[in-house]
Amino acid sequence: MEPKTEPEATAVEEETLVQEELLVEEISIDGMCGVY
Amino acid sequence: MTSGTASADIGEKSTADCPVTFDSSSKWERSAKIGLRSEPFGALAYHFDTRRLVFLKSTTLVDLVEGLVDHESADAAIEAIVEPADDRSRRAHVLALTSLAEAGVIEPVTPAISSVG
Amino acid sequence: MTAIHTPLTLTPKPVAVPPLVEQLKGGLDAPICLTWELTYACNLACVHCLSSSGRRDPKELTTAEALAVVDELADLQVFYVNLGGGEPMIRKDFLDIVDHAVGRNVGVKFSTNGYYIDQQAAERFAATDLLDIQISLDGFDAATNDAVRGPGSWEAARRAMDNLAAANFGEFKISIVATRHNVAQLDDYKKMADEYGAQLRVTRLRPSGRGVDSYQDLRLTHPQQQDIFRWIIDHPDVLTGDSFFHLNALGTNTGETLPGLSMCGAGRIVCLIDPIGDVYACPFVIHDEFMAGNVRDAGGFASVWRESELFAELRQPGAAGACASCNAYDACGGGCMAAKFFTGIPLDGPDPDCVLGHADEAVAAANAAGIVPQPSQDHSRPVRIGARPS
Repeated sequence: MEPKTEPEATAVEEETLVQEELLVEEISIDGMCGVY
Repeated sequence: MTSGTASADIGEKSTADCPVTFDSSSKWERSAKIGLRSEPFGALAYHFDTRRLVFLKSTTLVDLVEGLVDHESADAAIEAIVEPADDRSRRAHVLALTSLAEAGVIEPVTPAISSVG
Repeated sequence: MTAIHTPLTLTPKPVAVPPLVEQLKGGLDAPICLTWELTYACNLACVHCLSSSGRRDPKELTTAEALAVVDELADLQVFYVNLGGGEPMIRKDFLDIVDHAVGRNVGVKFSTNGYYIDQQAAERFAATDLLDIQISLDGFDAATNDAVRGPGSWEAARRAMDNLAAANFGEFKISIVATRHNVAQLDDYKKMADEYGAQLRVTRLRPSGRGVDSYQDLRLTHPQQQDIFRWIIDHPDVLTGDSFFHLNALGTNTGETLPGLSMCGAGRIVCLIDPIGDVYACPFVIHDEFMAGNVRDAGGFASVWRESELFAELRQPGAAGACASCNAYDACGGGCMAAKFFTGIPLDGPDPDCVLGHADEAVAAANAAGIVPQPSQDHSRPVRIGARPS
Protein backbone atom coordinates (compact mmCIF):
# COMPACT_ATOMS: atom_id res chain seq x y z
CA MET A 1 0.00 0.00 0.00
CA GLU A 2 1.41 3.35 -0.97
CA PRO A 3 1.68 5.85 1.80
CA LYS A 4 0.15 9.15 0.85
CA THR A 5 2.95 11.55 1.54
CA GLU A 6 2.09 14.64 -0.46
CA PRO A 7 0.08 17.41 1.12
CA GLU A 8 -2.68 18.64 -1.14
CA ALA A 9 -1.12 22.01 -1.84
CA THR A 10 2.00 20.45 -3.27
CA ALA A 11 -0.05 18.02 -5.34
CA VAL A 12 -2.01 20.87 -6.89
CA GLU A 13 1.15 22.85 -7.52
CA GLU A 14 2.69 19.80 -9.15
CA GLU A 15 -0.30 19.29 -11.36
CA THR A 16 -0.07 22.91 -12.47
CA LEU A 17 3.56 22.46 -13.30
CA VAL A 18 2.79 19.32 -15.21
CA GLN A 19 -0.07 20.98 -17.06
CA GLU A 20 2.21 23.71 -18.31
CA GLU A 21 4.64 21.17 -19.60
CA LEU A 22 2.05 19.09 -21.41
CA LEU A 23 3.23 18.77 -24.93
CA VAL A 24 -0.05 17.76 -26.53
CA GLU A 25 -3.32 19.63 -26.60
CA GLU A 26 -6.39 18.42 -28.37
CA ILE A 27 -8.94 20.76 -29.72
CA SER A 28 -12.22 20.06 -31.44
CA ILE A 29 -12.17 21.05 -35.07
CA ASP A 30 -15.94 21.08 -34.89
CA GLY A 31 -15.74 23.64 -32.13
CA MET A 32 -14.39 26.38 -34.36
CA CYS A 33 -16.58 28.92 -36.02
CA GLY A 34 -16.14 28.88 -39.78
CA VAL A 35 -15.27 25.21 -39.94
CA TYR A 36 -17.79 23.12 -41.82
CA MET B 1 -8.84 19.66 -24.04
CA THR B 2 -5.48 19.00 -22.47
CA SER B 3 -4.17 15.54 -21.96
CA GLY B 4 -3.47 13.80 -18.71
CA THR B 5 -5.37 13.64 -15.50
CA ALA B 6 -4.16 13.76 -11.95
CA SER B 7 -4.92 10.13 -11.47
CA ALA B 8 -3.43 8.75 -14.67
CA ASP B 9 -0.37 6.65 -14.21
CA ILE B 10 2.39 7.28 -16.61
CA GLY B 11 1.84 5.40 -19.83
CA GLU B 12 -1.89 5.04 -19.35
CA LYS B 13 -4.70 7.28 -20.37
CA SER B 14 -8.34 6.45 -20.14
CA THR B 15 -10.79 7.51 -22.76
CA ALA B 16 -14.50 7.33 -22.31
CA ASP B 17 -14.51 4.09 -24.23
CA CYS B 18 -11.45 2.13 -23.36
CA PRO B 19 -8.15 2.58 -21.64
CA VAL B 20 -5.12 2.97 -23.86
CA THR B 21 -1.89 1.65 -22.50
CA PHE B 22 1.06 3.04 -24.33
CA ASP B 23 3.84 0.50 -24.52
CA SER B 24 6.93 2.56 -25.00
CA SER B 25 9.06 -0.51 -25.50
CA SER B 26 7.41 -1.37 -28.77
CA LYS B 27 7.75 0.24 -32.18
CA TRP B 28 5.42 3.02 -33.24
CA GLU B 29 4.96 5.23 -36.27
CA ARG B 30 3.07 8.25 -37.39
CA SER B 31 -0.36 7.29 -38.73
CA ALA B 32 -0.96 7.44 -42.46
CA LYS B 33 -4.42 8.86 -41.80
CA ILE B 34 -3.24 12.18 -40.48
CA GLY B 35 -2.14 15.45 -41.95
CA LEU B 36 0.79 16.84 -39.99
CA ARG B 37 1.64 20.44 -40.52
CA SER B 38 4.50 22.39 -39.02
CA GLU B 39 3.75 25.56 -37.14
CA PRO B 40 6.17 27.89 -35.36
CA PHE B 41 5.15 26.34 -32.06
CA GLY B 42 5.38 22.74 -33.16
CA ALA B 43 2.71 21.23 -35.35
CA LEU B 44 -0.95 20.60 -35.95
CA ALA B 45 -2.13 17.08 -36.65
CA TYR B 46 -5.50 16.43 -38.22
CA HIS B 47 -6.99 12.94 -38.40
CA PHE B 48 -9.05 12.61 -41.56
CA ASP B 49 -11.30 9.87 -40.25
CA THR B 50 -12.01 11.02 -36.73
CA ARG B 51 -11.65 14.74 -37.50
CA ARG B 52 -9.69 15.23 -34.33
CA LEU B 53 -7.27 18.11 -34.32
CA VAL B 54 -4.24 17.80 -32.11
CA PHE B 55 -1.70 20.41 -31.26
CA LEU B 56 1.90 19.24 -30.78
CA LYS B 57 3.52 21.88 -28.65
CA SER B 58 7.18 21.46 -29.40
CA THR B 59 9.31 20.94 -32.45
CA THR B 60 11.15 18.19 -30.57
CA LEU B 61 7.90 16.30 -30.17
CA VAL B 62 7.30 16.68 -33.89
CA ASP B 63 10.76 15.32 -34.64
CA LEU B 64 10.01 12.47 -32.29
CA VAL B 65 6.74 11.61 -34.02
CA GLU B 66 8.42 11.65 -37.41
CA GLY B 67 11.40 9.68 -36.11
CA LEU B 68 9.50 6.92 -34.29
CA VAL B 69 9.48 4.66 -37.31
CA ASP B 70 13.29 4.70 -37.46
CA HIS B 71 13.73 3.20 -34.02
CA GLU B 72 12.94 -0.19 -32.59
CA SER B 73 11.00 1.27 -29.70
CA ALA B 74 9.50 4.55 -28.61
CA ASP B 75 11.97 4.55 -25.71
CA ALA B 76 14.87 4.29 -28.14
CA ALA B 77 13.44 7.08 -30.23
CA ILE B 78 13.15 9.30 -27.18
CA GLU B 79 16.74 8.59 -26.19
CA ALA B 80 17.94 9.44 -29.67
CA ILE B 81 15.82 12.48 -30.37
CA VAL B 82 14.88 14.22 -27.14
CA GLU B 83 17.42 16.49 -25.50
CA PRO B 84 17.98 16.65 -22.62
CA ALA B 85 16.98 13.02 -22.10
CA ASP B 86 16.52 13.47 -18.37
CA ASP B 87 13.87 11.74 -16.33
CA ARG B 88 11.40 14.60 -16.37
CA SER B 89 11.74 15.08 -20.09
CA ARG B 90 11.38 11.37 -20.80
CA ARG B 91 8.22 11.19 -18.73
CA ALA B 92 6.77 14.22 -20.46
CA HIS B 93 7.42 12.71 -23.85
CA VAL B 94 6.00 9.29 -22.97
CA LEU B 95 2.90 11.05 -21.71
CA ALA B 96 2.71 13.03 -24.92
CA LEU B 97 3.05 9.90 -27.03
CA THR B 98 0.33 8.25 -24.98
CA SER B 99 -2.03 11.10 -25.83
CA LEU B 100 -1.03 10.93 -29.47
CA ALA B 101 -1.66 7.18 -29.53
CA GLU B 102 -5.09 7.69 -28.03
CA ALA B 103 -5.84 10.30 -30.67
CA GLY B 104 -4.69 8.03 -33.48
CA VAL B 105 -1.83 10.31 -34.49
CA ILE B 106 0.61 7.48 -33.96
CA GLU B 107 0.02 3.76 -34.36
CA PRO B 108 1.86 0.63 -33.36
CA VAL B 109 3.94 -0.91 -36.09
CA THR B 110 2.66 -4.43 -36.45
CA PRO B 111 5.69 -6.60 -36.11
CA ALA B 112 6.43 -9.50 -38.40
CA ILE B 113 5.79 -12.89 -36.77
CA SER B 114 8.07 -12.98 -33.78
CA SER B 115 8.45 -15.07 -30.70
CA VAL B 116 6.47 -13.92 -27.73
CA GLY B 117 8.86 -12.65 -25.07
CA MET C 1 8.32 3.07 -13.66
CA THR C 2 8.01 6.13 -11.50
CA ALA C 3 4.63 7.74 -11.14
CA ILE C 4 4.36 11.23 -12.46
CA HIS C 5 3.73 12.75 -9.06
CA THR C 6 7.06 12.21 -7.42
CA PRO C 7 8.29 15.57 -6.25
CA LEU C 8 9.88 17.48 -9.07
CA THR C 9 13.42 18.75 -8.79
CA LEU C 10 14.16 22.41 -8.85
CA THR C 11 14.95 22.61 -12.54
CA PRO C 12 13.74 25.81 -14.15
CA LYS C 13 10.31 25.54 -15.72
CA PRO C 14 10.37 25.42 -19.48
CA VAL C 15 8.75 28.40 -21.17
CA ALA C 16 5.12 27.42 -21.55
CA VAL C 17 3.67 27.47 -25.04
CA PRO C 18 0.39 29.40 -24.90
CA PRO C 19 -2.79 27.34 -25.16
CA LEU C 20 -3.81 26.57 -28.68
CA VAL C 21 -6.82 28.88 -28.60
CA GLU C 22 -4.50 31.86 -28.08
CA GLN C 23 -2.34 30.74 -30.99
CA LEU C 24 -5.43 30.50 -33.13
CA LYS C 25 -6.63 33.99 -32.24
CA GLY C 26 -3.37 35.35 -33.50
CA GLY C 27 -3.80 33.58 -36.79
CA LEU C 28 -1.98 30.60 -38.25
CA ASP C 29 0.45 30.57 -41.17
CA ALA C 30 -2.19 28.78 -43.21
CA PRO C 31 -5.89 28.13 -42.67
CA ILE C 32 -6.84 24.90 -40.97
CA CYS C 33 -9.57 24.57 -43.54
CA LEU C 34 -11.49 27.03 -45.64
CA THR C 35 -14.72 27.46 -47.51
CA TRP C 36 -14.51 27.81 -51.23
CA GLU C 37 -17.59 28.80 -53.12
CA LEU C 38 -17.03 27.34 -56.56
CA THR C 39 -19.85 29.10 -58.35
CA TYR C 40 -22.57 31.65 -57.83
CA ALA C 41 -24.77 29.59 -60.13
CA CYS C 42 -27.56 27.77 -58.38
CA ASN C 43 -30.66 25.87 -59.37
CA LEU C 44 -32.37 27.05 -56.19
CA ALA C 45 -33.01 30.51 -54.73
CA CYS C 46 -33.21 30.02 -51.00
CA VAL C 47 -34.55 33.10 -49.25
CA HIS C 48 -31.67 33.22 -46.76
CA CYS C 49 -28.79 32.36 -49.10
CA LEU C 50 -25.62 33.70 -47.52
CA SER C 51 -23.97 34.16 -50.91
CA SER C 52 -26.99 35.62 -52.72
CA SER C 53 -26.49 33.00 -55.38
CA GLY C 54 -28.41 32.25 -58.56
CA ARG C 55 -26.54 33.40 -61.63
CA ARG C 56 -23.04 32.39 -62.60
CA ASP C 57 -20.56 35.24 -62.56
CA PRO C 58 -18.76 35.61 -65.90
CA LYS C 59 -15.49 36.24 -64.06
CA GLU C 60 -15.63 32.81 -62.41
CA LEU C 61 -12.28 31.07 -61.96
CA THR C 62 -11.44 28.82 -64.88
CA THR C 63 -10.70 25.14 -64.39
CA ALA C 64 -6.98 25.81 -64.67
CA GLU C 65 -7.21 28.58 -62.10
CA ALA C 66 -9.24 26.40 -59.77
CA LEU C 67 -6.76 23.55 -59.97
CA ALA C 68 -3.96 26.00 -59.29
CA VAL C 69 -5.77 27.11 -56.15
CA VAL C 70 -6.00 23.47 -55.08
CA ASP C 71 -2.25 23.17 -55.59
CA GLU C 72 -1.67 26.25 -53.46
CA LEU C 73 -3.84 24.88 -50.69
CA ALA C 74 -2.03 21.57 -50.85
CA ASP C 75 1.34 23.30 -50.63
CA LEU C 76 0.12 25.26 -47.62
CA GLN C 77 -1.12 22.02 -46.13
CA VAL C 78 -4.62 23.24 -45.59
CA PHE C 79 -6.23 20.14 -44.12
CA TYR C 80 -9.46 20.30 -46.06
CA VAL C 81 -11.73 22.53 -48.11
CA ASN C 82 -15.45 22.93 -47.85
CA LEU C 83 -16.75 23.42 -51.37
CA GLY C 84 -19.99 25.28 -51.77
CA GLY C 85 -21.63 27.95 -53.82
CA GLY C 86 -24.35 28.40 -55.12
CA GLU C 87 -24.60 24.75 -55.99
CA PRO C 88 -21.05 23.43 -56.50
CA MET C 89 -22.10 20.38 -58.50
CA ILE C 90 -23.31 22.69 -61.26
CA ARG C 91 -19.71 23.29 -62.28
CA LYS C 92 -18.78 20.87 -65.05
CA ASP C 93 -15.31 20.47 -63.60
CA PHE C 94 -16.59 19.71 -60.12
CA LEU C 95 -15.28 16.15 -60.08
CA ASP C 96 -11.95 17.24 -61.52
CA ILE C 97 -11.51 19.72 -58.71
CA VAL C 98 -12.54 17.18 -56.09
CA ASP C 99 -10.25 14.48 -57.47
CA HIS C 100 -7.33 16.85 -57.72
CA ALA C 101 -7.73 17.96 -54.12
CA VAL C 102 -8.10 14.46 -52.78
CA GLY C 103 -5.16 13.32 -54.87
CA ARG C 104 -3.03 15.96 -53.21
CA ASN C 105 -4.21 14.94 -49.76
CA VAL C 106 -6.46 17.90 -49.22
CA GLY C 107 -9.71 16.61 -47.75
CA VAL C 108 -12.91 17.70 -49.42
CA LYS C 109 -16.25 18.36 -47.90
CA PHE C 110 -18.96 19.89 -50.01
CA SER C 111 -22.26 21.51 -49.19
CA THR C 112 -25.02 20.75 -51.64
CA ASN C 113 -28.77 20.88 -52.09
CA GLY C 114 -28.51 17.31 -53.32
CA TYR C 115 -30.34 17.92 -56.55
CA TYR C 116 -27.57 16.42 -58.67
CA ILE C 117 -26.74 13.45 -56.48
CA ASP C 118 -28.28 10.69 -58.52
CA GLN C 119 -27.37 7.06 -57.98
CA GLN C 120 -24.36 7.23 -60.23
CA ALA C 121 -22.99 10.29 -58.47
CA ALA C 122 -23.61 8.69 -55.08
CA GLU C 123 -21.63 5.64 -56.10
CA ARG C 124 -18.84 7.78 -57.45
CA PHE C 125 -18.65 9.67 -54.19
CA ALA C 126 -18.76 6.49 -52.14
CA ALA C 127 -15.63 5.39 -53.97
CA THR C 128 -13.79 8.65 -53.33
CA ASP C 129 -11.44 8.91 -50.38
CA LEU C 130 -11.16 11.90 -48.03
CA LEU C 131 -14.59 13.07 -49.10
CA ASP C 132 -17.40 14.26 -46.91
CA ILE C 133 -20.82 15.47 -48.05
CA GLN C 134 -23.23 17.84 -46.37
CA ILE C 135 -26.82 17.98 -47.58
CA SER C 136 -28.72 21.17 -46.80
CA LEU C 137 -32.22 20.85 -45.46
CA ASP C 138 -34.10 23.52 -43.57
CA GLY C 139 -37.28 21.78 -42.55
CA PHE C 140 -38.19 18.33 -41.35
CA ASP C 141 -41.20 18.31 -43.64
CA ALA C 142 -41.51 19.57 -47.18
CA ALA C 143 -43.78 22.48 -46.31
CA THR C 144 -41.38 23.98 -43.79
CA ASN C 145 -38.34 23.36 -45.92
CA ASP C 146 -39.72 24.43 -49.27
CA ALA C 147 -41.01 27.71 -47.85
CA VAL C 148 -37.36 28.68 -47.50
CA ARG C 149 -35.65 26.66 -50.22
CA GLY C 150 -38.29 26.38 -52.92
CA PRO C 151 -40.75 23.77 -54.20
CA GLY C 152 -39.22 20.35 -54.81
CA SER C 153 -36.09 21.08 -52.81
CA TRP C 154 -37.06 18.87 -49.87
CA GLU C 155 -37.73 15.96 -52.16
CA ALA C 156 -34.44 16.43 -53.98
CA ALA C 157 -32.51 16.48 -50.71
CA ARG C 158 -34.23 13.35 -49.44
CA ARG C 159 -33.56 11.60 -52.72
CA ALA C 160 -29.88 12.50 -52.47
CA MET C 161 -29.74 11.09 -48.96
CA ASP C 162 -31.46 7.90 -50.06
CA ASN C 163 -28.99 7.57 -52.92
CA LEU C 164 -26.00 8.08 -50.64
CA ALA C 165 -27.35 5.52 -48.21
CA ALA C 166 -28.00 3.02 -50.99
CA ALA C 167 -24.47 3.52 -52.29
CA ASN C 168 -23.06 2.88 -48.80
CA PHE C 169 -21.39 6.25 -48.77
CA GLY C 170 -21.08 6.09 -45.03
CA GLU C 171 -21.71 8.92 -42.64
CA PHE C 172 -22.77 12.02 -44.55
CA LYS C 173 -23.99 15.19 -42.89
CA ILE C 174 -27.41 16.79 -42.84
CA SER C 175 -27.17 20.49 -42.23
CA ILE C 176 -29.96 22.76 -41.04
CA VAL C 177 -29.94 26.47 -40.58
CA ALA C 178 -32.01 27.05 -37.48
CA THR C 179 -34.98 29.32 -38.13
CA ARG C 180 -38.06 30.37 -36.25
CA HIS C 181 -40.03 27.82 -38.25
CA ASN C 182 -37.87 24.73 -37.91
CA VAL C 183 -36.42 24.99 -34.41
CA ALA C 184 -39.35 23.02 -33.00
CA GLN C 185 -38.44 20.17 -35.33
CA LEU C 186 -34.97 19.46 -34.00
CA ASP C 187 -35.92 16.17 -32.37
CA ASP C 188 -37.49 14.98 -35.61
CA TYR C 189 -34.39 16.00 -37.49
CA LYS C 190 -32.18 14.09 -35.09
CA LYS C 191 -34.29 11.02 -35.60
CA MET C 192 -34.03 11.39 -39.36
CA ALA C 193 -30.27 11.72 -39.19
CA ASP C 194 -30.03 8.69 -36.91
CA GLU C 195 -32.12 6.66 -39.34
CA TYR C 196 -29.74 7.46 -42.15
CA GLY C 197 -26.69 6.95 -39.98
CA ALA C 198 -25.90 10.55 -40.82
CA GLN C 199 -24.45 13.27 -38.67
CA LEU C 200 -26.67 16.20 -37.88
CA ARG C 201 -25.43 19.73 -38.12
CA VAL C 202 -27.42 22.72 -36.87
CA THR C 203 -26.10 26.18 -37.53
CA ARG C 204 -27.03 29.75 -36.86
CA LEU C 205 -28.87 31.87 -39.36
CA ARG C 206 -26.93 35.04 -40.02
CA PRO C 207 -28.31 38.14 -41.72
CA SER C 208 -25.91 37.64 -44.62
CA GLY C 209 -26.50 37.59 -48.34
CA ARG C 210 -30.23 37.34 -48.98
CA GLY C 211 -30.49 36.70 -45.27
CA VAL C 212 -30.35 40.46 -44.83
CA ASP C 213 -33.92 40.60 -46.11
CA SER C 214 -35.34 37.47 -44.54
CA TYR C 215 -33.63 37.81 -41.18
CA GLN C 216 -36.48 39.51 -39.35
CA ASP C 217 -38.89 36.77 -40.45
CA LEU C 218 -36.60 33.86 -39.72
CA ARG C 219 -34.52 34.78 -36.69
CA LEU C 220 -35.12 32.94 -33.45
CA THR C 221 -37.22 34.48 -30.71
CA HIS C 222 -35.78 34.81 -27.21
CA PRO C 223 -37.59 31.71 -25.92
CA GLN C 224 -36.37 29.78 -28.95
CA GLN C 225 -32.81 30.83 -28.20
CA GLN C 226 -33.17 29.33 -24.76
CA ASP C 227 -34.65 26.16 -26.22
CA ILE C 228 -31.88 25.69 -28.74
CA PHE C 229 -29.16 26.40 -26.17
CA ARG C 230 -30.55 23.67 -23.98
CA TRP C 231 -31.07 21.32 -26.92
CA ILE C 232 -27.49 21.66 -28.13
CA ILE C 233 -26.15 20.94 -24.67
CA ASP C 234 -28.39 17.89 -24.45
CA HIS C 235 -27.18 16.64 -27.83
CA PRO C 236 -23.38 16.81 -27.77
CA ASP C 237 -23.10 14.61 -30.86
CA VAL C 238 -24.79 17.26 -33.01
CA LEU C 239 -22.39 19.58 -34.78
CA THR C 240 -22.97 23.31 -34.66
CA GLY C 241 -19.88 24.72 -36.28
CA ASP C 242 -19.52 26.61 -33.01
CA SER C 243 -22.06 29.04 -34.41
CA PHE C 244 -24.09 29.54 -31.27
CA PHE C 245 -21.50 30.81 -28.85
CA HIS C 246 -23.32 34.15 -28.78
CA LEU C 247 -25.87 32.30 -26.64
CA ASN C 248 -23.38 31.34 -23.96
CA ALA C 249 -24.61 34.02 -21.56
CA LEU C 250 -27.66 31.80 -21.12
CA GLY C 251 -25.44 29.45 -19.17
CA THR C 252 -24.09 32.01 -16.72
CA ASN C 253 -26.26 30.83 -13.84
CA THR C 254 -25.67 27.15 -14.36
CA GLY C 255 -22.04 27.50 -15.41
CA GLU C 256 -22.71 25.85 -18.74
CA THR C 257 -21.24 26.89 -22.02
CA LEU C 258 -21.68 25.31 -25.40
CA PRO C 259 -18.78 23.10 -26.42
CA GLY C 260 -16.36 24.85 -28.72
CA LEU C 261 -13.74 27.56 -28.67
CA SER C 262 -16.27 30.39 -28.66
CA MET C 263 -14.07 32.38 -30.93
CA CYS C 264 -14.49 33.81 -34.39
CA GLY C 265 -12.25 31.99 -36.82
CA ALA C 266 -12.55 34.50 -39.64
CA GLY C 267 -9.19 35.46 -41.07
CA ARG C 268 -7.43 33.52 -38.36
CA ILE C 269 -8.06 29.86 -38.98
CA VAL C 270 -10.56 29.93 -41.84
CA CYS C 271 -11.63 32.20 -44.67
CA LEU C 272 -13.65 32.18 -47.85
CA ILE C 273 -12.57 32.02 -51.48
CA ASP C 274 -15.45 33.11 -53.68
CA PRO C 275 -16.20 32.01 -57.26
CA ILE C 276 -14.26 34.91 -58.80
CA GLY C 277 -11.26 34.38 -56.54
CA ASP C 278 -12.00 37.09 -54.00
CA VAL C 279 -10.87 36.18 -50.52
CA TYR C 280 -13.16 37.17 -47.68
CA ALA C 281 -12.77 36.73 -43.94
CA CYS C 282 -15.61 34.22 -43.86
CA PRO C 283 -18.62 33.13 -45.94
CA PHE C 284 -20.95 35.37 -43.96
CA VAL C 285 -19.22 38.63 -44.76
CA ILE C 286 -19.25 38.86 -48.53
CA HIS C 287 -18.79 42.61 -48.44
CA ASP C 288 -15.99 44.94 -49.53
CA GLU C 289 -15.31 45.77 -45.91
CA PHE C 290 -14.18 42.18 -45.34
CA MET C 291 -12.42 41.47 -48.59
CA ALA C 292 -8.75 40.68 -48.16
CA GLY C 293 -7.60 40.28 -51.76
CA ASN C 294 -7.93 37.99 -54.74
CA VAL C 295 -6.22 34.72 -55.59
CA ARG C 296 -5.45 36.15 -59.02
CA ASP C 297 -3.22 38.79 -57.42
CA ALA C 298 0.52 38.28 -57.58
CA GLY C 299 1.45 35.92 -54.78
CA GLY C 300 -1.85 34.08 -55.00
CA PHE C 301 -3.86 32.91 -52.05
CA ALA C 302 -0.85 32.44 -49.79
CA SER C 303 0.13 36.07 -49.89
CA VAL C 304 -3.46 37.19 -49.29
CA TRP C 305 -3.67 34.95 -46.26
CA ARG C 306 -0.34 36.01 -44.85
CA GLU C 307 -0.04 39.64 -45.81
CA SER C 308 -3.43 41.25 -46.26
CA GLU C 309 -4.14 44.24 -44.07
CA LEU C 310 -7.61 43.02 -43.25
CA PHE C 311 -6.40 39.72 -41.85
CA ALA C 312 -3.60 41.40 -39.93
CA GLU C 313 -6.25 43.58 -38.33
CA LEU C 314 -8.49 40.66 -37.46
CA ARG C 315 -5.55 38.89 -35.85
CA GLN C 316 -5.02 41.73 -33.41
CA PRO C 317 -6.67 41.23 -30.04
CA GLY C 318 -10.11 42.79 -30.25
CA ALA C 319 -11.51 45.50 -28.03
CA ALA C 320 -14.50 44.56 -25.91
CA GLY C 321 -15.92 48.03 -26.53
CA ALA C 322 -19.52 48.37 -25.47
CA CYS C 323 -19.46 44.88 -24.00
CA ALA C 324 -16.52 45.49 -21.70
CA SER C 325 -18.67 45.99 -18.61
CA CYS C 326 -20.85 42.95 -19.22
CA ASN C 327 -19.97 39.96 -17.11
CA ALA C 328 -21.13 37.60 -19.83
CA TYR C 329 -18.50 38.84 -22.28
CA ASP C 330 -16.02 36.10 -21.43
CA ALA C 331 -18.57 33.50 -22.41
CA CYS C 332 -19.98 35.08 -25.55
CA GLY C 333 -17.03 37.06 -26.81
CA GLY C 334 -19.38 39.68 -28.20
CA GLY C 335 -20.86 37.20 -30.66
CA CYS C 336 -20.63 37.14 -34.42
CA MET C 337 -18.93 39.80 -36.50
CA ALA C 338 -21.11 39.08 -39.54
CA ALA C 339 -24.34 39.29 -37.56
CA LYS C 340 -23.29 42.64 -36.18
CA PHE C 341 -22.11 44.06 -39.46
CA PHE C 342 -25.24 43.21 -41.41
CA THR C 343 -27.53 44.61 -38.75
CA GLY C 344 -25.64 47.88 -38.63
CA ILE C 345 -24.13 47.34 -35.20
CA PRO C 346 -20.49 48.36 -34.61
CA LEU C 347 -18.10 45.43 -34.39
CA ASP C 348 -17.23 46.17 -30.78
CA GLY C 349 -20.90 46.27 -29.90
CA PRO C 350 -23.23 43.47 -28.82
CA ASP C 351 -24.41 40.71 -31.09
CA PRO C 352 -27.87 41.54 -32.53
CA ASP C 353 -29.16 38.43 -30.81
CA CYS C 354 -27.53 39.25 -27.48
CA VAL C 355 -29.52 37.16 -25.05
CA LEU C 356 -29.37 39.88 -22.44
CA GLY C 357 -31.12 42.22 -24.83
CA HIS C 358 -28.22 44.65 -25.06
CA ALA C 359 -28.58 44.99 -28.80
CA ASP C 360 -32.29 45.62 -29.13
CA GLU C 361 -31.93 49.39 -29.09
CA ALA C 362 -28.94 49.37 -31.41
CA VAL C 363 -30.74 47.22 -33.98
CA ALA C 364 -33.82 49.44 -33.93
CA ALA C 365 -31.69 52.56 -34.28
CA ALA C 366 -29.74 51.12 -37.22
CA ASN C 367 -32.94 50.16 -38.98
CA ALA C 368 -34.45 53.58 -38.38
CA ALA C 369 -31.35 55.33 -39.68
CA GLY C 370 -31.23 53.03 -42.71
CA ILE C 371 -27.58 52.19 -42.15
CA VAL C 372 -27.82 48.44 -42.59
CA PRO C 373 -25.17 47.41 -45.14
CA GLN C 374 -26.08 45.40 -48.19
CA PRO C 375 -23.88 42.56 -49.44
CA SER C 376 -21.38 43.56 -52.12
CA GLN C 377 -22.14 40.64 -54.40
CA ASP C 378 -25.65 39.84 -55.45
CA HIS C 379 -26.02 37.08 -58.00
CA SER C 380 -29.68 36.48 -57.28
CA ARG C 381 -31.84 35.58 -60.21
CA PRO C 382 -34.58 38.14 -60.85
CA VAL C 383 -37.48 35.82 -60.06
CA ARG C 384 -37.38 34.38 -56.54
CA ILE C 385 -38.62 30.85 -56.09
CA GLY C 386 -40.49 30.19 -52.90
CA ALA C 387 -42.62 32.54 -50.89
CA ARG C 388 -41.49 33.78 -47.53
CA PRO C 389 -42.97 31.89 -44.65
CA SER C 390 -46.06 33.69 -43.36
